[in-house]
Amino acid sequence: MINAVGRDIPEEVLKATGKEVFKGAYAYDDHEYTKAAPKVHAVCDPKRSKVVESIHEALVKCGIKDGMTLSFHHHFREGDYVVNMVMEEVHKMGIKDITICASSLGKANDPIVPYIEDGTITGIESSGVRGKIGEAISTGRLKKLAIMRSHGGRVRAVESGETHIDIAFIGAPTCDDYGNMRANGGKSDCGVLSYAVVDAEYADKVVAVTDCLVPFPNIPASISMIHVDYVCVVDAIGDPKKIASGAAKPTTDVRKIMMADYCTQFVINTPYFKEGFSYQTGVGGASIASTISLGKIMEERGIHMGLGLGGITTPMCNLLAKGLVNKLVDTQDFDMGAIESIKSNPNHIEISASEYANPFNKGAYVNKLDFVILASLEVDVNFNCNVVVGSDGMITGAQGGHPDTAAGAKCTIVIAPLLQGRIPAICTNVTTVTTPGETVDVVITDYGIAINPRRQDLIECMKDVDLPFCTIEELRDKAYAIVGEPDPVQFDDRVVGVIEARDGTIIDVVRKIKDFEF
Amino acid sequence: MEILKTAMAGTLESSDAQVTVEPGTDGIELTLESSVMHQYGKQIRAVVLETMERLGVENAKVTIFDKGALDCTLKARVECAVYRSNGITENLPWGGVIK
Repeated sequence: MINAVGRDIPEEVLKATGKEVFKGAYAYDDHEYTKAAPKVHAVCDPKRSKVVESIHEALVKCGIKDGMTLSFHHHFREGDYVVNMVMEEVHKMGIKDITICASSLGKANDPIVPYIEDGTITGIESSGVRGKIGEAISTGRLKKLAIMRSHGGRVRAVESGETHIDIAFIGAPTCDDYGNMRANGGKSDCGVLSYAVVDAEYADKVVAVTDCLVPFPNIPASISMIHVDYVCVVDAIGDPKKIASGAAKPTTDVRKIMMADYCTQFVINTPYFKEGFSYQTGVGGASIASTISLGKIMEERGIHMGLGLGGITTPMCNLLAKGLVNKLVDTQDFDMGAIESIKSNPNHIEISASEYANPFNKGAYVNKLDFVILASLEVDVNFNCNVVVGSDGMITGAQGGHPDTAAGAKCTIVIAPLLQGRIPAICTNVTTVTTPGETVDVVITDYGIAINPRRQDLIECMKDVDLPFCTIEELRDKAYAIVGEPDPVQFDDRVVGVIEARDGTIIDVVRKIKDFEF
Repeated sequence: MEILKTAMAGTLESSDAQVTVEPGTDGIELTLESSVMHQYGKQIRAVVLETMERLGVENAKVTIFDKGALDCTLKARVECAVYRSNGITENLPWGGVIK
């Protein structure tokens, strides 16, 4: 069945998942549903301890069995030890058929691939995957369909009961013996625990995993003891050096700086750039450079950002410290500067992933965005973006908040260099649609800027602005003139993964990759 | 031209290709590995075969490790490898067989 972005979703996938095809970014506005509820065990006897000696004991006490769904958060990013530690124990116990429901999985989790091959893990639900897990899925080694969801979509899936978490393992940089978890003050600080909040509230069993047990009460807590069944102390929950890098040096790549300057010029010429505007940016070199150059103009003109949102990096914190931002609202910290900022600046505030981006609550922060600056692996001539599947067909990225912020923001800007090596970023058809083109307003490349024709208002206000505007088709043609028109990737018929739109419908599928044949 | 001895040109850097030519007896035997195989494998093969034909090479083993080189780069690396295999490094026929 053809969906609203023109992708053919096979009937058997719709049948197997019980899902519908994507009907448009706002098709589910005002949708009525009943929230799911977990099955909980009361703790009323004050003599009962929550502390367990090992992951093994936690698994036994939680009643681990074949077919369960275990959940994890990815705030420790490439330094995460928790997923591997828990899955190693699950594997040792001979448990099979586990579904992992993670807010994201990265290369740090490569060690779980053997457990995919031997049937310990048969399902993966995540924002995305990288490294060897991506290869395992793309080559058809995961038994069930992988499900890729945005950060907001994951909260929706859990709260609506579409995904039921049996046991949540929540890595906590500090925790007390009753399960109050904080993201700071330990040896593996990650700044916030935003993505894990829904797990704590909706999982049947919740295990806090910490390497820094602190005296009760560990407050204000990111996640409260009222949700926590067990507390497990381990040697290390992550590698601090990989959890957060030092502040990235501002890029010196002239191509990125040029695109960042284009972006800033575009932003300041829209009607949304005024006192109190709201803004989110990604962590790519060009995005960070555009934050820095925008900051200079804000300072010159005395314009303040009312809300800075999202995954936070040091340049945003610097704007907060300078008094150019009123509130920095945070779901993930990408570097040490961001972690230090949330510890010390009272206007830098942690929120849950639901508050950030859930399309099925009563209004998330993304809906209040004026601007979001994003990147993309590919953008097609209908402005559809692909941030999950590489141009070679291999799953290698994550939706993150990309579709959420694009749907929410008044002005969604995607920055992409026209060419990455021989691969054109602007193409006729993206390999996989992850963000619908109706929510993408502007594409900025090093060869020109294209405004989505749906946004005649933006085209109108850029009429006298001196930037290299052109159509998206012209950008594609320029790219193809240099590198040649790419052949489509050769896929097998078998579907290995589903790209879920924010609302739970299917926006695209990922097929098994085939060996290349001439 | 004939391939007289094994010769190489190019590097394994991104956007380059490493081309090796060896004497052969059975037409152009091409072995290709590319980081952009799915999207550009057919085009790379076409460019290599067309270049060999232009140089008048009928028999050769050609091995290419491509890292996303553009067609112009591929042509230049193939031409260079073929001339090196003939010991020719000066007075190259620019604008003639080498286009």
